[in-house]
Amino acid sequence: MRLFVSEGAPGSLPVLAAARRAQGRAELLISTVGPEECVVPFLTQPKVPVLQLDNGNYLFSTSAICRYFFLLSGWEQDDLTNQWLEWEATELQPALSAALYYLVVQGKKGEDVLGPVRRALTHIDHSLSRRSCPFLAGETESLADIVLWGALYPLLQDPAYLPEELGALHSWFQTVSSQEPCQRAAETVLKQQGVLALRPYLQKQPQPSSLQGRAVSNEPEEEELATLSEEEIAMAVTAWEKGLGNLPPLRPPQNPVLPVAGERNVLITSALPYVNNVPHLGNIIGCVLSADVFARYSRLRQWNTLYLCGTDEYGTATETKAMEEGLTPQEICDKYHAIHADIYRWFNISFDIFGRTTTPQQTKITQDIFQRLFSRGFVLQDTVEQLRCEQCARFLADRFVEGVCPFCGYEEARGDQCDKCGKLINATELKKPQCKVCRSCPVVKSSQHLFLDLPKLEKRLEEWLENTLPGSDWTPNARFIIRSWLRDGLKPRCITRDLKWGTPVPLEGFEDKVFYVWFDATIGYLSITANYTDQWERWWKNPEQVSLYQFMAKDNVPFHGLVFPCSALGAEDNYTLVSHLIATEYLNYEDGKFSKSRGVGVFGDMAQDTGIPADIWRFYLLYIRPEGQDSAFSWTDMLLKNNSELLNNLGNFINRAGMFVSKFFGGYVPEMVLTSDDQRLLAHVTLELQHYHQLLEKVRIRDALRSILTISRHGNQYIQVNEPWKRIKGSEADRQRAGTVTGLAVNIAALLSVMLQPYMPTVSATIQAQLQLPPPACGILLTNFLCTLPAGHLIGTAKVSSKPAVGETVTATGPQQIQVLMDEVTKQGNIVRELKAQKADKNQVAAEVAKLLDLKKQLALAEGKPLETPKGKKKK
Amino acid sequence: VKGTNTALRASARKLLVILEVVVSFECEGRSETPRSSVVNGKQQIPVLQTNNGPSLTGLTTIAAHLVKQANKEYLLGSTAEEKAIVQQWLEYRVTRVDGHSSKDDIRALLKDLNSYLEDKVYLTGYNFTLADILLYYGLHRFIVDLTVQEKEKYLNVSRWFCHIQHYPGIRQHLSSVVFIKNRLYTNSH
Repeated sequence: MRLFVSEGAPGSLPVLAAARRAQGRAELLISTVGPEECVVPFLTQPKVPVLQLDNGNYLFSTSAICRYFFLLSGWEQDDLTNQWLEWEATELQPALSAALYYLVVQGKKGEDVLGPVRRALTHIDHSLSRRSCPFLAGETESLADIVLWGALYPLLQDPAYLPEELGALHSWFQTVSSQEPCQRAAETVLKQQGVLALRPYLQKQPQPSSLQGRAVSNEPEEEELATLSEEEIAMAVTAWEKGLGNLPPLRPPQNPVLPVAGERNVLITSALPYVNNVPHLGNIIGCVLSADVFARYSRLRQWNTLYLCGTDEYGTATETKAMEEGLTPQEICDKYHAIHADIYRWFNISFDIFGRTTTPQQTKITQDIFQRLFSRGFVLQDTVEQLRCEQCARFLADRFVEGVCPFCGYEEARGDQCDKCGKLINATELKKPQCKVCRSCPVVKSSQHLFLDLPKLEKRLEEWLENTLPGSDWTPNARFIIRSWLRDGLKPRCITRDLKWGTPVPLEGFEDKVFYVWFDATIGYLSITANYTDQWERWWKNPEQVSLYQFMAKDNVPFHGLVFPCSALGAEDNYTLVSHLIATEYLNYEDGKFSKSRGVGVFGDMAQDTGIPADIWRFYLLYIRPEGQDSAFSWTDMLLKNNSELLNNLGNFINRAGMFVSKFFGGYVPEMVLTSDDQRLLAHVTLELQHYHQLLEKVRIRDALRSILTISRHGNQYIQVNEPWKRIKGSEADRQRAGTVTGLAVNIAALLSVMLQPYMPTVSATIQAQLQLPPPACGILLTNFLCTLPAGHLIGTAKVSSKPAVGETVTATGPQQIQVLMDEVTKQGNIVRELKAQKADKNQVAAEVAKLLDLKKQLALAEGKPLETPKGKKKK
Repeated sequence: VKGTNTALRASARKLLVILEVVVSFECEGRSETPRSSVVNGKQQIPVLQTNNGPSLTGLTTIAAHLVKQANKEYLLGSTAEEKAIVQQWLEYRVTRVDGHSSKDDIRALLKDLNSYLEDKVYLTGYNFTLADILLYYGLHRFIVDLTVQEKEKYLNVSRWFCHIQHYPGIRQHLSSVVFIKNRLYTNSH
């Protein structure tokens, strides 16, 4: 075996002292390595001392190395030694490394150094004197003494840090230090220089974590049980007591919704889904569903909100699809527009407008923007080398060509973009190009085209970004993508294509061409609004009053954050530009990306066919929303999350709260007399609610959903601890307590129903109907937790107790049934045990065991344990 | 043979008792949700009051004590090497896994562990020990939150974890973590 030590590494002391024990038992080589050398192959951080065992394994813990040397000498492990070593690792070391850091690296002295370790030193001293043994684990020196001595020696060898009053510690330390192996180890490691010998080593170590205090976390929810100040509690109670009186009147519905001066006007767009196919779950979570949550939230805040979307219908993809299906492009658009609209309706997407891009308004606005750009000199003309299929007698744009990606070698790359690496491709760069229609190899020919002069607009764009980005809620990936485009420098971008299905180019010589879909698709938002109201310019030429939130997957960022702003800035018509660009990462399916054009993934219409309600889909998709990083869709996980979070947590809580009101109080919310514990709960819920608001204001949709679940967990714990079902049978005081707990719980349920509204609108409405929550309380969410169901309020009695509102379908079993089954399993288990104890008749036992097994199976099914259930959900 | 059987059953029951004790410590120490693992700014340390002798403090100390009580000393390792390795990973559990672990710490930890487990079935190599049990309990709250990709990234940890959680009697009330993905729709839509 081989021992690796490093000069000045404190761990070398005990290890070298203990190594004497192993002398003669095994061959030991000692090597000195640099402090930054990674000896252990599986550890990322360098670590010394290390013992490489003869079997190839490594001991990298100082204590474990010492222990091993002692074990080799025939010593046997005992509880007391284990306890000392565990204490050394968990308590002494953190304190000691802080003290040594202050002393050696920061050059502090006196109490600054002693302070952190005083408690630990006192603990050793007391233990020694209480047991009146000379050594830590008994009458003789042993492992614990060596390990602790080695840890303490660098500090305690300076008498200034060995407090006089700790007599027992004093004499123990002197005794151990005088042992020959220890003396030698001390000489080898400290080299007569005292603690300063450790400096070169300690300086290279990261600052001890015990010094860093609480790490700064991006996720404040991890510190959610933070201590509450009396003031916070008092404020929460005041808000609660004001109750419904706190609520402003509901904003009357408007049609059309138009910006109002002096109000917060929120314009929300979801990326326009391409019309050539059925949307998949990745599209749905990436834009329409995410934007829907925000739009619903925005309305709950009483902000003046317009949410729009539509199908993007022009372009080559439509022409190809039309060819595939033997229809005209218009027929394809009509067909798929209806499919899209149906799917989004099923998903309960709350569009104010769901339009389309193939309208006269689109032509009018696009041509207007183009004319303005053209007359201001932002449009260039150039000849382009382009692929032309001689057999079909046409230029092949974009998606009419397939070939091998020049960047990653992917074989099914399209003419404009590779599905695998996501890079944009110039069709002529494709290797082995093929005409998608006839599969023949196209030839390169030249053709006249128009270009948007992005380099000329770059400066304006940068100025605009400088004013927009700081303090805005652009997602980090969007900022990154835009920054990298700007870093590489913008190039003129072709805005015309040789197609028929598109917005005509209003310029002589370009009668056969149309605008490239990405020049005019983003203009679709404007034209869709124009079809909704003739006052569309109040939204789109009003940057002072309108906040524009645009939702999309990250592949759409360049067009929304760069190309369209350049067009709009160049057109000089005071357009409203994106204030908050919200881009998701990708939702993966199995091992690949969802891709509409390649048919990989789960599609909107299939979601509908599964029989799982839209709200469950919404919940799961939002729960795994690819926010900040890619995420993956998994059926098993969906089942699991539905059961663990929706059923057992949220559903369970809301059902129980409602059930207690109906069952114990005849449906009337009981009187609530808040104790200080209840007030604390109010404050915790308020805090979490405020957290939810902070997150949603920053469009951190997935994270905000966690806040809902946290509140419901608080609620469940609250019910569990206070056991209203027991107290209701008790004394007058107990019954009053049961009333308070039930009343508070049902109010939390009411709050949750509102917070849940952006995520699960149908479930939210069901709960609110059952609770008979007054309309303003349903439609407005303040930053404080209010008592919206005051004492005496009558809730709907019908369904709360019998039919769970949340998570009813995936397993078709509510939490009550699970509880019943659990009780039965326990009961039956007892019967079996008793029979066995009485040595009862074999057949009788077998019969009862069979019953037990059957019950267990039912329970497993009810809990949705992934036995057969996921398979049952499989299609194909 | 009969006698052995009874003894085996008895010791198996004892083992279950140990695990329950350990698990209940885990719960006391960190309450149900991982987030509220810190009580009054300090993690609670379990104490065992034994009938005949002083009380014992510390999770791994108590667990090792109970293992011995149940005549399951092999769970602490059989050779000197194994014993030292078991203790090393027990220490790792209470210092690294239970330390105030940020997401980055956990990622680094899983990376190291993944590389360590590359050629091992259990932490000691070929034998199931207390180190596997306690590291499993300690990691559970982190593994539960891993995404599918992360589970794949830490493949060896996943394999080991999945193996341990299916060990009879080990999982207790902890949720079973799913490592398998089901393919519902094929690519040929």
